[in-house]
Amino acid sequence: MQVKAAEPPAAARPGRLRHRVRPQRAAPPRRWSRKVQGLGYAAPTAVFVTVLFLWPLLLVGRMSLSDWPLLAGDQGGNAPENYTDAVDGTLFWPAVRFTLLYTAIVTVALLGLALLLALLVQESRPGAGFFRTVYFLPGALGLASASLLFWGLYSPTTGPLGRTPARLGLADEPVSFLGTPTSALLSTVFLVVWKFAGFYMLILLVGLQRIPHEVYEAARTDGASRAQIFRRITLPLLRPSLALSLLLCVTGSLLAFDQFFVLTKGGPDNSTVTVVQLIYREAFQRLDLGTAAALSILVLGALLLLNVLQFRGLRRADES
Amino acid sequence: MRSTTGPRGRVHRLVTGAVALLAAASLATACGSGDGDPGGGGGGAAGDPNGVDDGTELTMWTRAATRPQSEALVKAYNASHRNKIELTVVPTDDYQAKVGAAAGSHDLPDLFASDVVFVPNYTTSRLFADLTDRVDALPFAADLAQSHIKAGTYEGRKYVVPHTLDLSVLFYNKDLYRKAKLDPEKPPTTLAEWDEQARAVDALGAGVDGTFFGGNCGGCGVFTWWPSIWAAGEDVMNEDGTEALLDSATAKRVYATYRGWVADGIVAPGARDETGTTWTGVFPKGKVGVMPMPSTTLGLMPKDLDLGVAPIPGPDGGRSTFVGGDAIGISATSGSADQAWNFLAWSLGDKAQIDVVAAHRDVVARTDLAANKYSEADPRLVAVNRLVADGRTPYALKFGQTFNDPNGPWLALMRDAVFGDGDSVDKDNNAVSASLAD
Repeated sequence: MQVKAAEPPAAARPGRLRHRVRPQRAAPPRRWSRKVQGLGYAAPTAVFVTVLFLWPLLLVGRMSLSDWPLLAGDQGGNAPENYTDAVDGTLFWPAVRFTLLYTAIVTVALLGLALLLALLVQESRPGAGFFRTVYFLPGALGLASASLLFWGLYSPTTGPLGRTPARLGLADEPVSFLGTPTSALLSTVFLVVWKFAGFYMLILLVGLQRIPHEVYEAARTDGASRAQIFRRITLPLLRPSLALSLLLCVTGSLLAFDQFFVLTKGGPDNSTVTVVQLIYREAFQRLDLGTAAALSILVLGALLLLNVLQFRGLRRADES
Repeated sequence: MRSTTGPRGRVHRLVTGAVALLAAASLATACGSGDGDPGGGGGGAAGDPNGVDDGTELTMWTRAATRPQSEALVKAYNASHRNKIELTVVPTDDYQAKVGAAAGSHDLPDLFASDVVFVPNYTTSRLFADLTDRVDALPFAADLAQSHIKAGTYEGRKYVVPHTLDLSVLFYNKDLYRKAKLDPEKPPTTLAEWDEQARAVDALGAGVDGTFFGGNCGGCGVFTWWPSIWAAGEDVMNEDGTEALLDSATAKRVYATYRGWVADGIVAPGARDETGTTWTGVFPKGKVGVMPMPSTTLGLMPKDLDLGVAPIPGPDGGRSTFVGGDAIGISATSGSADQAWNFLAWSLGDKAQIDVVAAHRDVVARTDLAANKYSEADPRLVAVNRLVADGRTPYALKFGQTFNDPNGPWLALMRDAVFGDGDSVDKDNNAVSASLAD
């Protein structure tokens, strides 16, 4: 950047002007080379966005308007049948409700715990590094692997957790962690909190450490209590990190799939079916890519809307 | 600056070139799914009835559930033939999705096996090559497991042959029978006897239970409950597989028996949660009296477990079995159909069936080989092999989404009927019919 700034100002002027000033024979290759340079920098991203995002998005859009069985391929347009089928499905509204409930529970539990952990290991005292690592460690595991691990732990037939209470004489039968709608939901929430709390702790920790010490010192000099400092200084100044965590957590939870697919498969009795599971089910159980694509578009729309609202809400709060 | 223009220009050209190439390549792959001709390759006409063994490399897919059987056959074939098969084992739950994706992009392997209940999906989508003439030319064509052949017949043409057979049969623990003062040589012949014997074993206490089943697993219910309905001579669906008959009086008697076991704690813990992943792991622990099991697990049972095998009975007697397992065909897009057929013809021949399949204590794909030198040593195997003729393979185009889907209508029926009060069977049966006719 520094080098470019030192160039003669002519380079920054519009090309028309440069034509007149510069000798005719040198200008075209140079202008061409600068254009290509710009294109060259932008092209890889443009290609990746086109191939991995725009093209699939267009394909999903077209699929959602077509009769498109998994095995037979495109059978021609049928709009808006896929959308009406998707919404009329018996599991659609229960899945929407459950996904929202799960998102609410996970977001509160996860961000609450993450903030607590971040505050605990915030100061650089002996052992803080150890605990930071320990809290973060589960985050290094893949979600599907972690789910499988917990599935094994929870299993009433083969797992150790389920049978321990019975062995200790505390229960007659092995505890069924995934056996009722409530226990299945809570068992999954526990896994997700265990897995992700360290990750959100890290985000919040970075935010906490960006708050200047002087602000705290000034507050203390003014005689603020610990609760006052937390409420009036820490929370407002932590806002950007909290906003980022909230956005990531809500989006991630609304797209929940792996954990339920491995742990509950939507059971017991369809009580833990998430919206993304419905997409999977339409595509690979019912072999109907059209309806699956329609559901995907609906989820995409809902996520966009939610993110816009969230951004707007946060910005308004910033202004006030 | 000027001095660097030369080399930089070359770099630019390289970069643009690479970008253009990348874009072209991705476009090509994106559009590549459009070409290819469906129904080519395979063909019904065959030269040599045994196919061609010329050192071709063949690809083959199977699902994890039948891995040992497929691996044994492929290993023996590769050791004795010039053709070489590369076997890919796909996780059972992902198999349909993988086949579907590969079908879309014309990337199916030369040979692919399938859970026999999903075969109609593939035949109607024309993923398999027509094998009618080749199958009919086999000297033992009439002795092949007919329920598999039937499942793979579409519009009068045959597309698959049996690959591995997996039958549902009762396993009972003879040690526990003796302890419960039951005759270990008299397994149940009616559902009522099964009920009595399970309860007698359960009464032993000390961690011993009467029976077990996968109560959160639609596929398990299909595999282990339906034979009791068939044994009474009744059907679970109409001929076309578009209407469910799972609310019959016989079906309700079957559900009622299971409901009684749940209510009285005769079932080993975990049945309500069992999604089918570990349901076959309960019996080998030796703490369960009598339960339906897949015949493919017979060879995997602990040596010291004294177990008997019996057909699954109906409410008032009779016998039946679910003839499951995998059927196999040649993909319609394979360019090596003659070589692929060489493997299929060999796998059904006397040598492979006896020295590989029977030697591994698996069910043979041919009824004329039910009694062979390996099964003679173990009368249980002869009993299982003979059951092939009494068994059925249900046919429905919407089988997976109706019966295997963990969020589908059949699992709801199962759970309402057995863990609930059983009053909603009629209503649930309508939901099953609606899914079948979808």
